[in-house]
Amino acid sequence: MKIAVCIKRTPDSESRFKIAASSAAIDEAGLKFDIDDFASYAVEVALQLNEKQGPGETVVYAVGPDVVQETLRKAMSMGADRAVQLKTDAVPYDGLAVAKALAAELESGGYDLVLFGKHAFDTSAGIVGTATAELLGVPCVTAASKLDIAGGKGTARRELEGAAEIVEFPLPAVVTIDEGIARPRYPSLKGIMAAKKKPLETKPAQLGPVRVTVKSMELPAERAPGRIIGEGAAAVPELVRLLQTEAKVL
Amino acid sequence: MLDFYNIDSLLSEEECAIRDSVRQFVDERVLPIIGKCFVDGRFPKEIIPEMAELGVFGANLPEEYGCAGLSNVAYGLINQELERGDSGVRSFASVQSSLAMYPIYAFGSDEQKQKYLPRMAKAEVIGCFGLTEPDYGSNPSGMITMAREHKDGTWILNGGKMWITNGSTAHIAVVWAKTNGDTSDKSIRGFIVPTDSTGFQAKDQKGKLSLRASDTSELVFQDVELPADAILPRSGGLKSPLMCLTQARYGISWGAIGAAMACFEEALEYAKNRIMFDRPIAGFQIQQERLADMLTEIVKAQLVSLHLGRLKDAGTFTPQQVSLAKRNNVSMATDVAREARRLLGANGILAEYASMRHMENLESVYTYEGTHDVHSLVLGQAITGLSAFK
Repeated sequence: MKIAVCIKRTPDSESRFKIAASSAAIDEAGLKFDIDDFASYAVEVALQLNEKQGPGETVVYAVGPDVVQETLRKAMSMGADRAVQLKTDAVPYDGLAVAKALAAELESGGYDLVLFGKHAFDTSAGIVGTATAELLGVPCVTAASKLDIAGGKGTARRELEGAAEIVEFPLPAVVTIDEGIARPRYPSLKGIMAAKKKPLETKPAQLGPVRVTVKSMELPAERAPGRIIGEGAAAVPELVRLLQTEAKVL
Repeated sequence: MLDFYNIDSLLSEEECAIRDSVRQFVDERVLPIIGKCFVDGRFPKEIIPEMAELGVFGANLPEEYGCAGLSNVAYGLINQELERGDSGVRSFASVQSSLAMYPIYAFGSDEQKQKYLPRMAKAEVIGCFGLTEPDYGSNPSGMITMAREHKDGTWILNGGKMWITNGSTAHIAVVWAKTNGDTSDKSIRGFIVPTDSTGFQAKDQKGKLSLRASDTSELVFQDVELPADAILPRSGGLKSPLMCLTQARYGISWGAIGAAMACFEEALEYAKNRIMFDRPIAGFQIQQERLADMLTEIVKAQLVSLHLGRLKDAGTFTPQQVSLAKRNNVSMATDVAREARRLLGANGILAEYASMRHMENLESVYTYEGTHDVHSLVLGQAITGLSAFK
């Protein structure tokens, strides 16, 4: 099967974030970037599908400046066969602009399946996958927690509040991947060495117009320091009173 | 992970990627379980298949034997990351790679290499290394284990080995023995001994207060019959096992840095969050000096091992240079671990923190693979031209 996986480079989610001087972006100084977690699940799903179903090709795509080549190479060190960088100076915030660049490239690729993470950690917008499906004119399934392909048809499981649904769709299709579907493999040391020799193609990105931009960002207000009300059973009535009147949680 | 001297800029993109992949493995698979393994005195065997899949075993041996064919710097970085988890985990990998696979690679026949190395890279075959004996540690040339050749070319092995990492887990032991009654160290040869051979016994050494998450065994050979092809044909004299030790010691010089990094990071995090006298203890001069000393020594050790690795990749390194790195870096790590433990106060004696575990482990690392003192004498001889051994 020919599978495309569109991946994004995002900062490590356990970083301590600061807002940049522009106040409309995070300060990237000192942050460690890697393949987005959801995108890494999507890469793993693609690799497993092709391992299970025999000869196929897994191609990874990323939109962005040259630093995304490192992220693409990581996906190839996990096992993807080749990579395409759609080059821009920066990744626009507007998901539709990104989707237009990807769709323009994927349209002639002859892919049976195009996978995305369900959203990326940095924007949590979840637009690019669905918008790309729309632009390609193919069915789209979002947030799949399980994905099987057989006989030109796909079956996906989606987790709902208190239930799950199983959906069916014809190929080609776009599927965005939820967490928990598969544990992404560690890039093996042989895989890292092999990735050096795999093709990484760079093309200019045909971005759509950028109509949505970030005006400003703010961090959550700092939590007030804790307060010790008293000790032992004697403190309970006061604690209950404060939880009712001040914290308003009871 | 603090890279105060931007040492990453001296590494290639692949070397960084290899380090990061092993780092992630250690963070996710080793760190959550290793404290309990240490307390329970158990080596976490369950992580072996994943380590093999990652490709850490024999990582610097050629691809034709199913290995990753990495540079020695990359191999060093793997050791650093594994020992950031635990010295026992790094020891397992060191023994498999440098002490069991390397001698088969360096001294084995083509048949032996084909038979064992690919399966050892996958950890389907686990190896151990038998050189040290109860009465011959720093002086292996005095060993009494003896192999005698029968007329048909087969061998019979008698003797015993001690302090053998992986001894009770291993499928094969690379055993060093004198041969045919010759008690000089020139007669020492290497043998691949299957651990299920009749007369082979491995007994766990109990009561360790160090490397508790590692198997350490005593091996006993009583009339162990070995086929003619058990001998490593290109081994000859004490020099052969010492060459293996040079490989392993090189990796240990990196591993010790990993243990020190773990302790430093733990101490730094703790110091920033631990409030005493209404402010973080990181703001007190005593802790700042501790942290400054730790970081300085770690950076120096990183540069020593990195340069040594580049020399090794260029094929120009000497065993004496390896002695310097092993001696300095392990001693440095024992000091860093102890200072980190002290900075952690009473909490530092708990297994939920890593520093005391590293501190205890590093006492073994200080002692094995050439004690600190023996490396002093190796360097003394290199400097003065005078041997203190004879």
